[in-house]
Amino acid sequence: MLDISAWFNDLLAGNLIFTAQTLGYYWEGLVTTTQLVFLSLVIGLVMAVPLAVLRGSKHPWIRLPIYFYTYVFRGTPLLIQLYIIYYGVVFVDGIQDSFLWPVLREAFYPALIAFTLNTAAYTTEIFHGAIKATARGEIEAARAYGMSQNLMMRRIILPSAFRRALPAYGNEVIFMLHASAIASVVTLMDLTGAARFVYARYYAPFEAFLFVAAIYLCLTFAILYFFRFLEKKLLAHLRPLS
Amino acid sequence: MLDLQGYGPRLLEGAGVTIQLALLSLALALVLGLITASAKMSRNRLIHAIATVYTTLIRGVPDLVLMMLLFFGGQMGVNVISDMLYDSFEIDYYISFNAFAAGVLTIGFIFGAYMGETFRGAFMAVDNGQIEAGRAYGMNNWLVFRRIRFPQMMRHALPGLSNNWMVLLKTTALVSVIGLSDMVRVAAEASRATHEPFVFLLPVAAAYLMIASVSEWIFARLQKRYNIGFGGH
Repeated sequence: MLDISAWFNDLLAGNLIFTAQTLGYYWEGLVTTTQLVFLSLVIGLVMAVPLAVLRGSKHPWIRLPIYFYTYVFRGTPLLIQLYIIYYGVVFVDGIQDSFLWPVLREAFYPALIAFTLNTAAYTTEIFHGAIKATARGEIEAARAYGMSQNLMMRRIILPSAFRRALPAYGNEVIFMLHASAIASVVTLMDLTGAARFVYARYYAPFEAFLFVAAIYLCLTFAILYFFRFLEKKLLAHLRPLS
Repeated sequence: MLDLQGYGPRLLEGAGVTIQLALLSLALALVLGLITASAKMSRNRLIHAIATVYTTLIRGVPDLVLMMLLFFGGQMGVNVISDMLYDSFEIDYYISFNAFAAGVLTIGFIFGAYMGETFRGAFMAVDNGQIEAGRAYGMNNWLVFRRIRFPQMMRHALPGLSNNWMVLLKTTALVSVIGLSDMVRVAAEASRATHEPFVFLLPVAAAYLMIASVSEWIFARLQKRYNIGFGGH
Protein backbone atom coordinates (compact mmCIF):
# COMPACT_ATOMS: atom_id res chain seq x y z
CA MET A 1 0.00 0.00 0.00
CA LEU A 2 2.80 2.37 0.97
CA ASP A 3 4.51 1.59 -2.30
CA ILE A 4 1.51 2.63 -4.32
CA SER A 5 1.03 5.92 -2.52
CA ALA A 6 4.75 6.68 -2.84
CA TRP A 7 4.55 5.91 -6.54
CA PHE A 8 1.48 8.07 -6.82
CA ASN A 9 3.19 10.99 -5.08
CA ASP A 10 6.17 10.60 -7.39
CA LEU A 11 3.87 10.68 -10.35
CA LEU A 12 2.23 13.88 -9.19
CA ALA A 13 5.44 15.52 -8.00
CA GLY A 14 6.08 18.86 -9.65
CA ASN A 15 2.62 18.88 -11.19
CA LEU A 16 0.91 22.09 -10.17
CA ILE A 17 -2.58 21.30 -11.42
CA PHE A 18 -3.12 17.58 -11.03
CA THR A 19 -2.54 17.32 -7.30
CA ALA A 20 -4.14 14.65 -5.16
CA GLN A 21 -6.75 17.26 -4.23
CA THR A 22 -7.88 18.08 -7.77
CA LEU A 23 -7.91 14.42 -8.71
CA GLY A 24 -10.20 14.00 -5.72
CA TYR A 25 -12.56 16.59 -7.23
CA TYR A 26 -12.55 14.71 -10.52
CA TRP A 27 -13.24 11.47 -8.68
CA GLU A 28 -16.23 13.00 -6.86
CA GLY A 29 -17.41 14.36 -10.19
CA LEU A 30 -17.16 10.93 -11.75
CA VAL A 31 -19.23 9.48 -8.90
CA THR A 32 -21.91 12.18 -9.25
CA THR A 33 -22.09 11.83 -13.04
CA THR A 34 -22.32 8.04 -12.81
CA GLN A 35 -25.05 8.16 -10.17
CA LEU A 36 -27.03 10.76 -12.07
CA VAL A 37 -26.82 9.00 -15.42
CA PHE A 38 -27.36 5.50 -14.06
CA LEU A 39 -30.35 6.40 -11.89
CA SER A 40 -32.07 8.47 -14.56
CA LEU A 41 -31.53 5.72 -17.15
CA VAL A 42 -32.93 3.00 -14.88
CA ILE A 43 -35.98 5.00 -13.78
CA GLY A 44 -36.48 6.27 -17.33
CA LEU A 45 -36.40 2.73 -18.67
CA VAL A 46 -38.94 1.54 -16.11
CA MET A 47 -41.23 4.42 -17.11
CA ALA A 48 -40.69 4.00 -20.83
CA VAL A 49 -41.79 0.38 -21.23
CA PRO A 50 -45.45 0.84 -20.20
CA LEU A 51 -45.54 4.24 -21.93
CA ALA A 52 -44.30 2.69 -25.17
CA VAL A 53 -46.98 0.00 -25.01
CA LEU A 54 -49.72 2.55 -24.26
CA ARG A 55 -48.36 4.89 -26.95
CA GLY A 56 -49.68 2.34 -29.46
CA SER A 57 -53.09 2.19 -27.81
CA LYS A 58 -56.24 2.36 -29.92
CA HIS A 59 -57.78 4.98 -27.64
CA PRO A 60 -56.78 8.50 -28.60
CA TRP A 61 -57.12 9.76 -25.02
CA ILE A 62 -54.39 7.33 -23.95
CA ARG A 63 -52.22 7.63 -27.06
CA LEU A 64 -52.33 11.41 -27.55
CA PRO A 65 -51.19 12.56 -24.06
CA ILE A 66 -48.18 10.25 -24.30
CA TYR A 67 -47.43 11.52 -27.79
CA PHE A 68 -47.67 15.09 -26.49
CA TYR A 69 -45.28 14.26 -23.63
CA THR A 70 -42.65 12.75 -25.91
CA TYR A 71 -43.09 15.53 -28.48
CA VAL A 72 -42.50 18.27 -25.91
CA PHE A 73 -39.57 16.58 -24.18
CA ARG A 74 -37.87 15.62 -27.43
CA GLY A 75 -38.54 18.98 -29.07
CA THR A 76 -37.09 21.27 -26.41
CA PRO A 77 -33.51 21.50 -25.11
CA LEU A 78 -32.74 19.53 -21.96
CA LEU A 79 -31.25 22.70 -20.49
CA ILE A 80 -34.67 24.40 -20.62
CA GLN A 81 -36.30 21.38 -18.99
CA LEU A 82 -33.65 21.43 -16.27
CA TYR A 83 -34.17 25.17 -15.64
CA ILE A 84 -37.94 24.79 -15.50
CA ILE A 85 -37.70 22.01 -12.92
CA TYR A 86 -34.79 23.52 -10.98
CA TYR A 87 -36.31 27.01 -10.69
CA GLY A 88 -39.89 25.81 -10.73
CA VAL A 89 -39.79 23.22 -7.97
CA VAL A 90 -40.05 25.97 -5.32
CA PHE A 91 -43.40 27.01 -6.73
CA VAL A 92 -45.17 23.70 -6.31
CA ASP A 93 -47.81 24.38 -3.67
CA GLY A 94 -46.85 23.28 -0.20
CA ILE A 95 -43.63 21.64 -1.26
CA GLN A 96 -41.54 23.68 1.15
CA ASP A 97 -43.55 22.31 4.08
CA SER A 98 -43.49 18.71 2.91
CA PHE A 99 -41.04 16.08 4.07
CA LEU A 100 -39.56 15.98 0.56
CA TRP A 101 -38.23 19.52 0.72
CA PRO A 102 -34.81 18.80 2.29
CA VAL A 103 -34.25 16.35 -0.55
CA LEU A 104 -35.62 18.46 -3.40
CA ARG A 105 -33.74 21.54 -2.28
CA GLU A 106 -30.46 20.07 -3.44
CA ALA A 107 -29.61 20.44 -7.11
CA PHE A 108 -29.12 16.70 -7.54
CA TYR A 109 -32.82 15.84 -7.45
CA PRO A 110 -34.18 18.46 -9.86
CA ALA A 111 -31.42 17.36 -12.25
CA LEU A 112 -32.35 13.72 -11.73
CA ILE A 113 -36.04 14.46 -12.40
CA ALA A 114 -35.25 16.44 -15.56
CA PHE A 115 -32.87 13.77 -16.91
CA THR A 116 -35.30 10.97 -16.09
CA LEU A 117 -38.25 12.63 -17.82
CA ASN A 118 -36.07 13.44 -20.81
CA THR A 119 -34.61 9.98 -21.30
CA ALA A 120 -38.02 8.36 -20.66
CA ALA A 121 -39.45 10.40 -23.55
CA TYR A 122 -36.70 9.34 -25.98
CA THR A 123 -36.79 5.72 -24.80
CA THR A 124 -40.57 5.59 -25.18
CA GLU A 125 -40.25 6.57 -28.82
CA ILE A 126 -37.41 4.07 -29.41
CA PHE A 127 -39.45 1.21 -27.93
CA HIS A 128 -42.62 2.32 -29.65
CA GLY A 129 -40.82 2.17 -32.98
CA ALA A 130 -39.44 -1.28 -32.15
CA ILE A 131 -42.86 -2.59 -31.09
CA LYS A 132 -44.44 -1.26 -34.27
CA ALA A 133 -41.80 -3.05 -36.33
CA THR A 134 -42.74 -6.49 -34.97
CA ALA A 135 -43.15 -8.89 -37.89
CA ARG A 136 -46.82 -9.56 -38.67
CA GLY A 137 -46.17 -13.28 -38.89
CA GLU A 138 -45.04 -13.41 -35.25
CA ILE A 139 -48.27 -11.75 -34.12
CA GLU A 140 -50.41 -14.01 -36.27
CA ALA A 141 -48.60 -17.06 -34.94
CA ALA A 142 -49.22 -15.92 -31.36
CA ARG A 143 -52.91 -15.33 -32.13
CA ALA A 144 -53.12 -18.77 -33.73
CA TYR A 145 -51.81 -20.24 -30.46
CA GLY A 146 -54.73 -18.56 -28.74
CA MET A 147 -52.60 -16.14 -26.72
CA SER A 148 -54.36 -13.22 -25.09
CA GLN A 149 -53.23 -9.67 -25.85
CA ASN A 150 -51.27 -9.50 -22.59
CA LEU A 151 -49.58 -12.84 -23.01
CA MET A 152 -48.64 -11.98 -26.57
CA MET A 153 -47.17 -8.65 -25.43
CA ARG A 154 -45.17 -10.38 -22.70
CA ARG A 155 -43.94 -13.42 -24.56
CA ILE A 156 -43.70 -12.35 -28.20
CA ILE A 157 -43.74 -8.64 -28.85
CA LEU A 158 -41.70 -7.18 -25.97
CA PRO A 159 -38.77 -9.64 -26.04
CA SER A 160 -38.25 -9.19 -29.76
CA ALA A 161 -38.83 -5.43 -29.55
CA PHE A 162 -36.19 -5.09 -26.81
CA ARG A 163 -33.65 -6.76 -29.04
CA ARG A 164 -34.52 -4.60 -31.99
CA ALA A 165 -34.34 -1.46 -29.84
CA LEU A 166 -30.90 -2.32 -28.46
CA PRO A 167 -28.69 -0.36 -30.92
CA ALA A 168 -30.86 2.76 -30.68
CA TYR A 169 -31.01 2.45 -26.90
CA GLY A 170 -27.22 2.22 -26.74
CA ASN A 171 -27.05 5.56 -28.54
CA GLU A 172 -29.53 7.00 -26.07
CA VAL A 173 -27.34 5.90 -23.14
CA ILE A 174 -24.32 7.64 -24.66
CA PHE A 175 -26.45 10.69 -25.41
CA MET A 176 -27.55 10.78 -21.77
CA LEU A 177 -23.95 10.57 -20.53
CA HIS A 178 -23.05 13.56 -22.69
CA ALA A 179 -26.19 15.48 -21.81
CA SER A 180 -25.46 15.04 -18.10
CA ALA A 181 -22.64 17.58 -18.50
CA ILE A 182 -25.21 20.36 -18.18
CA ALA A 183 -25.83 19.34 -14.55
CA SER A 184 -22.82 21.54 -13.80
CA VAL A 185 -24.91 24.55 -14.85
CA VAL A 186 -27.13 24.20 -11.78
CA THR A 187 -24.12 24.10 -9.44
CA LEU A 188 -23.77 20.31 -9.35
CA MET A 189 -20.19 19.06 -9.01
CA ASP A 190 -20.35 16.43 -11.72
CA LEU A 191 -17.37 15.67 -13.99
CA THR A 192 -17.83 18.86 -15.99
CA GLY A 193 -18.44 20.77 -12.75
CA ALA A 194 -15.10 19.52 -11.42
CA ALA A 195 -13.38 20.58 -14.64
CA ARG A 196 -14.92 24.05 -14.41
CA PHE A 197 -13.77 24.32 -10.82
CA VAL A 198 -10.21 23.31 -11.68
CA TYR A 199 -10.22 25.70 -14.63
CA ALA A 200 -11.42 28.61 -12.48
CA ARG A 201 -8.95 27.85 -9.71
CA TYR A 202 -5.78 27.43 -11.82
CA TYR A 203 -6.84 29.25 -15.01
CA ALA A 204 -5.74 26.20 -16.99
CA PRO A 205 -8.48 25.54 -19.56
CA PHE A 206 -6.58 22.99 -21.63
CA GLU A 207 -5.49 20.78 -18.73
CA ALA A 208 -8.86 20.97 -16.96
CA PHE A 209 -11.11 20.29 -19.96
CA LEU A 210 -8.89 17.94 -21.96
CA PHE A 211 -8.53 15.70 -18.91
CA VAL A 212 -12.28 15.54 -18.38
CA ALA A 213 -12.82 15.01 -22.13
CA ALA A 214 -10.53 11.98 -21.92
CA ILE A 215 -12.59 10.58 -19.02
CA TYR A 216 -15.82 11.05 -20.97
CA LEU A 217 -14.24 9.40 -23.99
CA CYS A 218 -13.30 6.34 -21.91
CA LEU A 219 -16.82 6.14 -20.47
CA THR A 220 -18.32 6.45 -23.97
CA PHE A 221 -16.15 3.61 -25.25
CA ALA A 222 -17.01 1.46 -22.24
CA ILE A 223 -20.75 1.93 -22.94
CA LEU A 224 -20.21 1.33 -26.65
CA TYR A 225 -18.40 -1.96 -26.09
CA PHE A 226 -20.91 -3.07 -23.49
CA PHE A 227 -23.75 -2.62 -25.99
CA ARG A 228 -21.73 -4.27 -28.77
CA PHE A 229 -21.30 -7.24 -26.45
CA LEU A 230 -25.01 -7.30 -25.61
CA GLU A 231 -25.95 -7.09 -29.28
CA LYS A 232 -23.63 -9.96 -30.07
CA LYS A 233 -25.26 -12.07 -27.39
CA LEU A 234 -28.89 -11.09 -27.88
CA LEU A 235 -28.93 -10.61 -31.63
CA ALA A 236 -26.89 -13.75 -32.37
CA HIS A 237 -29.78 -15.25 -34.31
CA LEU A 238 -29.68 -12.33 -36.77
CA ARG A 239 -26.01 -12.68 -37.64
CA PRO A 240 -25.32 -13.91 -41.17
CA LEU A 241 -23.92 -17.43 -41.28
CA SER A 242 -20.25 -17.31 -42.00
CA MET B 1 -48.65 41.51 -25.32
CA LEU B 2 -45.06 40.37 -25.68
CA ASP B 3 -43.85 42.73 -22.98
CA LEU B 4 -43.25 40.04 -20.34
CA GLN B 5 -42.33 42.50 -17.57
CA GLY B 6 -40.02 44.39 -19.90
CA TYR B 7 -38.06 41.30 -20.91
CA GLY B 8 -40.03 40.82 -24.15
CA PRO B 9 -37.72 42.71 -26.51
CA ARG B 10 -34.60 41.08 -25.04
CA LEU B 11 -36.19 37.65 -25.37
CA LEU B 12 -36.96 38.37 -29.02
CA GLU B 13 -33.36 39.48 -29.55
CA GLY B 14 -32.27 36.26 -27.88
CA ALA B 15 -34.46 34.26 -30.25
CA GLY B 16 -32.70 36.06 -33.13
CA VAL B 17 -29.32 35.05 -31.68
CA THR B 18 -30.48 31.43 -31.36
CA ILE B 19 -31.68 31.30 -34.97
CA GLN B 20 -28.57 32.99 -36.39
CA LEU B 21 -26.33 30.74 -34.38
CA ALA B 22 -28.20 27.62 -35.48
CA LEU B 23 -28.16 28.56 -39.17
CA LEU B 24 -24.50 29.61 -39.24
CA SER B 25 -23.39 26.47 -37.42
CA LEU B 26 -25.54 24.42 -39.78
CA ALA B 27 -23.74 25.96 -42.76
CA LEU B 28 -20.34 25.24 -41.19
CA ALA B 29 -21.41 21.70 -40.25
CA LEU B 30 -22.61 20.97 -43.80
CA VAL B 31 -19.31 22.10 -45.31
CA LEU B 32 -17.26 20.17 -42.75
CA GLY B 33 -19.55 17.18 -43.21
CA LEU B 34 -19.00 17.08 -46.96
CA ILE B 35 -15.24 17.38 -46.46
CA THR B 36 -15.26 14.65 -43.80
CA ALA B 37 -17.38 12.34 -45.94
CA SER B 38 -15.02 12.66 -48.90
CA ALA B 39 -12.02 12.23 -46.59
CA LYS B 40 -13.55 9.05 -45.20
CA MET B 41 -14.07 7.69 -48.68
CA SER B 42 -10.56 8.68 -49.74
CA ARG B 43 -8.05 5.97 -50.64
CA ASN B 44 -5.31 7.95 -48.92
CA ARG B 45 -4.75 6.23 -45.56
CA LEU B 46 -3.60 9.33 -43.70
CA ILE B 47 -6.61 11.41 -44.75
CA HIS B 48 -8.91 8.54 -43.89
CA ALA B 49 -7.31 8.16 -40.45
CA ILE B 50 -7.58 11.88 -39.68
CA ALA B 51 -11.28 11.88 -40.56
CA THR B 52 -11.88 8.78 -38.43
CA VAL B 53 -10.12 10.29 -35.42
CA TYR B 54 -12.13 13.49 -35.86
CA THR B 55 -15.54 11.79 -35.96
CA THR B 56 -14.68 9.37 -33.15
CA LEU B 57 -13.31 11.98 -30.76
CA ILE B 58 -16.11 14.45 -31.36
CA ARG B 59 -18.81 11.89 -30.84
CA GLY B 60 -17.18 10.65 -27.65
CA VAL B 61 -17.03 13.94 -25.73
CA PRO B 62 -19.98 16.05 -24.48
CA ASP B 63 -20.75 19.18 -26.51
CA LEU B 64 -20.59 21.36 -23.42
CA VAL B 65 -17.05 20.23 -22.57
CA LEU B 66 -15.89 20.88 -26.16
CA MET B 67 -17.56 24.28 -26.08
CA MET B 68 -15.84 25.25 -22.83
CA LEU B 69 -12.52 23.91 -24.08
CA LEU B 70 -12.76 26.04 -27.20
CA PHE B 71 -14.17 29.12 -25.49
CA PHE B 72 -11.93 29.28 -22.40
CA GLY B 73 -8.96 27.76 -24.22
CA GLY B 74 -9.52 30.05 -27.21
CA GLN B 75 -9.52 33.11 -24.98
CA MET B 76 -6.23 31.99 -23.49
CA GLY B 77 -4.77 31.35 -26.93
CA VAL B 78 -5.82 34.80 -28.09
CA ASN B 79 -4.29 36.34 -24.96
CA VAL B 80 -1.00 34.58 -25.60
CA ILE B 81 -0.96 35.94 -29.15
CA SER B 82 -1.72 39.50 -28.08
CA ASP B 83 0.97 39.25 -25.35
CA MET B 84 3.44 38.09 -27.96
CA LEU B 85 2.49 40.96 -30.26
CA TYR B 86 3.07 43.37 -27.40
CA ASP B 87 6.38 41.86 -26.33
CA SER B 88 7.97 41.62 -29.73
CA PHE B 89 6.42 44.49 -31.68
CA GLU B 90 5.00 46.69 -28.92
CA ILE B 91 1.63 46.51 -30.57
CA ASP B 92 -0.95 47.04 -27.87
CA TYR B 93 -3.91 45.19 -29.23
CA TYR B 94 -6.39 43.25 -27.17
CA ILE B 95 -8.69 40.78 -28.86
CA SER B 96 -11.62 39.47 -26.93
CA PHE B 97 -12.59 35.98 -27.94
CA ASN B 98 -16.13 36.28 -29.15
CA ALA B 99 -18.69 33.98 -27.51
CA PHE B 100 -20.82 33.94 -30.67
CA ALA B 101 -17.87 32.89 -32.82
CA ALA B 102 -16.90 30.23 -30.27
CA GLY B 103 -20.47 28.94 -30.32
CA VAL B 104 -20.67 28.76 -34.13
CA LEU B 105 -17.23 27.14 -34.35
CA THR B 106 -17.89 24.48 -31.71
CA ILE B 107 -21.41 23.58 -32.80
CA GLY B 108 -20.35 23.55 -36.45
CA PHE B 109 -17.29 21.48 -35.59
CA ILE B 110 -19.31 18.97 -33.54
CA PHE B 111 -22.09 18.52 -36.06
CA GLY B 112 -19.61 18.39 -38.94
CA ALA B 113 -18.69 14.97 -37.54
CA TYR B 114 -22.31 13.80 -37.44
CA MET B 115 -23.05 15.25 -40.89
CA GLY B 116 -19.95 13.51 -42.21
CA GLU B 117 -21.33 10.12 -41.18
CA THR B 118 -24.72 10.94 -42.73
CA PHE B 119 -23.18 12.12 -46.01
CA ARG B 120 -20.83 9.13 -46.20
CA GLY B 121 -23.71 6.67 -45.95
CA ALA B 122 -25.69 8.65 -48.52
CA PHE B 123 -22.81 8.86 -51.02
CA MET B 124 -22.31 5.12 -50.77
CA ALA B 125 -25.98 4.57 -51.52
CA VAL B 126 -25.63 6.19 -54.96
CA ASP B 127 -25.41 3.51 -57.62
CA ASN B 128 -21.93 3.17 -59.05
CA GLY B 129 -23.35 2.73 -62.55
CA GLN B 130 -24.64 6.31 -62.40
CA ILE B 131 -21.13 7.62 -61.76
CA GLU B 132 -19.67 5.44 -64.51
CA ALA B 133 -22.33 6.68 -66.90
CA GLY B 134 -21.38 10.25 -66.04
CA ARG B 135 -17.71 9.51 -66.72
CA ALA B 136 -18.68 7.86 -70.01
CA TYR B 137 -20.30 11.15 -71.01
CA GLY B 138 -16.92 12.75 -70.53
CA MET B 139 -17.85 14.66 -67.38
CA ASN B 140 -14.96 15.58 -65.11
CA ASN B 141 -15.01 14.78 -61.37
CA TRP B 142 -16.52 18.10 -60.36
CA LEU B 143 -19.31 17.85 -62.93
CA VAL B 144 -20.07 14.26 -61.89
CA PHE B 145 -20.26 15.46 -58.30
CA ARG B 146 -22.51 18.41 -59.07
CA ARG B 147 -24.89 16.82 -61.55
CA ILE B 148 -25.02 13.18 -60.49
CA ARG B 149 -23.62 12.33 -57.07
CA PHE B 150 -24.82 15.33 -55.07
CA PRO B 151 -28.49 15.41 -56.19
CA GLN B 152 -28.89 11.66 -55.77
CA MET B 153 -26.98 11.60 -52.49
CA MET B 154 -29.27 14.27 -51.03
CA ARG B 155 -32.26 11.97 -51.39
CA HIS B 156 -30.64 9.47 -49.04
CA ALA B 157 -29.08 12.09 -46.76
CA LEU B 158 -32.17 14.22 -46.04
CA PRO B 159 -33.71 12.11 -43.23
CA GLY B 160 -30.36 12.05 -41.43
CA LEU B 161 -29.78 15.75 -42.05
CA SER B 162 -33.18 16.60 -40.65
CA ASN B 163 -32.38 14.58 -37.53
CA ASN B 164 -29.00 16.27 -37.10
CA TRP B 165 -30.55 19.69 -37.54
CA MET B 166 -33.10 19.03 -34.79
CA VAL B 167 -30.35 17.98 -32.39
CA LEU B 168 -28.22 20.96 -33.45
CA LEU B 169 -31.09 23.35 -32.77
CA LYS B 170 -31.40 22.05 -29.22
CA THR B 171 -27.62 22.13 -28.73
CA THR B 172 -27.60 25.90 -29.36
CA ALA B 173 -29.14 26.28 -25.88
CA LEU B 174 -25.71 25.40 -24.44
CA VAL B 175 -24.14 28.67 -25.61
CA SER B 176 -26.07 30.38 -22.83
CA VAL B 177 -23.64 28.68 -20.43
CA ILE B 178 -20.56 30.34 -21.97
CA GLY B 179 -22.17 33.75 -21.72
CA LEU B 180 -23.95 34.33 -25.01
CA SER B 181 -27.31 36.08 -24.64
CA ASP B 182 -29.48 33.65 -26.55
CA MET B 183 -33.12 33.20 -25.58
CA VAL B 184 -32.32 30.57 -22.96
CA ARG B 185 -29.92 32.84 -21.10
CA VAL B 186 -32.30 35.81 -21.19
CA ALA B 187 -35.11 33.60 -19.89
CA ALA B 188 -32.95 32.13 -17.13
CA GLU B 189 -31.78 35.59 -16.03
CA ALA B 190 -35.34 36.88 -16.04
CA SER B 191 -36.51 33.88 -14.01
CA ARG B 192 -33.87 34.50 -11.38
CA ALA B 193 -34.60 38.23 -11.22
CA THR B 194 -38.39 38.02 -11.04
CA HIS B 195 -38.80 34.62 -9.34
CA GLU B 196 -41.31 33.66 -12.01
CA PRO B 197 -39.58 30.94 -14.00
CA PHE B 198 -42.61 29.63 -15.85
CA VAL B 199 -43.49 33.02 -17.38
CA PHE B 200 -40.16 33.10 -19.22
CA LEU B 201 -39.05 29.52 -19.66
CA LEU B 202 -42.30 28.11 -21.03
CA PRO B 203 -42.50 30.60 -23.95
CA VAL B 204 -38.88 29.80 -24.82
CA ALA B 205 -39.68 26.08 -24.81
CA ALA B 206 -42.66 26.84 -27.07
CA ALA B 207 -40.37 28.83 -29.38
CA TYR B 208 -38.09 25.80 -29.77
CA LEU B 209 -41.09 23.61 -30.56
CA MET B 210 -42.23 26.16 -33.13
CA ILE B 211 -38.84 26.33 -34.86
CA ALA B 212 -38.74 22.53 -34.87
CA SER B 213 -42.20 22.30 -36.44
CA VAL B 214 -41.34 24.84 -39.14
CA SER B 215 -38.14 22.98 -39.98
CA GLU B 216 -40.04 19.71 -40.14
CA TRP B 217 -42.31 21.27 -42.76
CA ILE B 218 -39.35 22.60 -44.76
CA PHE B 219 -37.63 19.21 -44.68
CA ALA B 220 -40.81 17.49 -45.84
CA ARG B 221 -40.88 19.82 -48.86
CA LEU B 222 -37.19 19.26 -49.60
CA GLN B 223 -37.74 15.54 -49.34
CA LYS B 224 -40.50 15.79 -51.91
CA ARG B 225 -38.29 17.80 -54.23
CA TYR B 226 -35.32 15.43 -54.10
CA ASN B 227 -37.61 12.43 -54.51
CA ILE B 228 -39.05 13.63 -57.81
CA GLY B 229 -38.76 10.76 -60.23
CA PHE B 230 -38.72 8.07 -57.53
CA GLY B 231 -42.42 7.37 -57.40
CA GLY B 232 -43.36 9.43 -54.36
CA HIS B 233 -41.35 7.77 -51.59
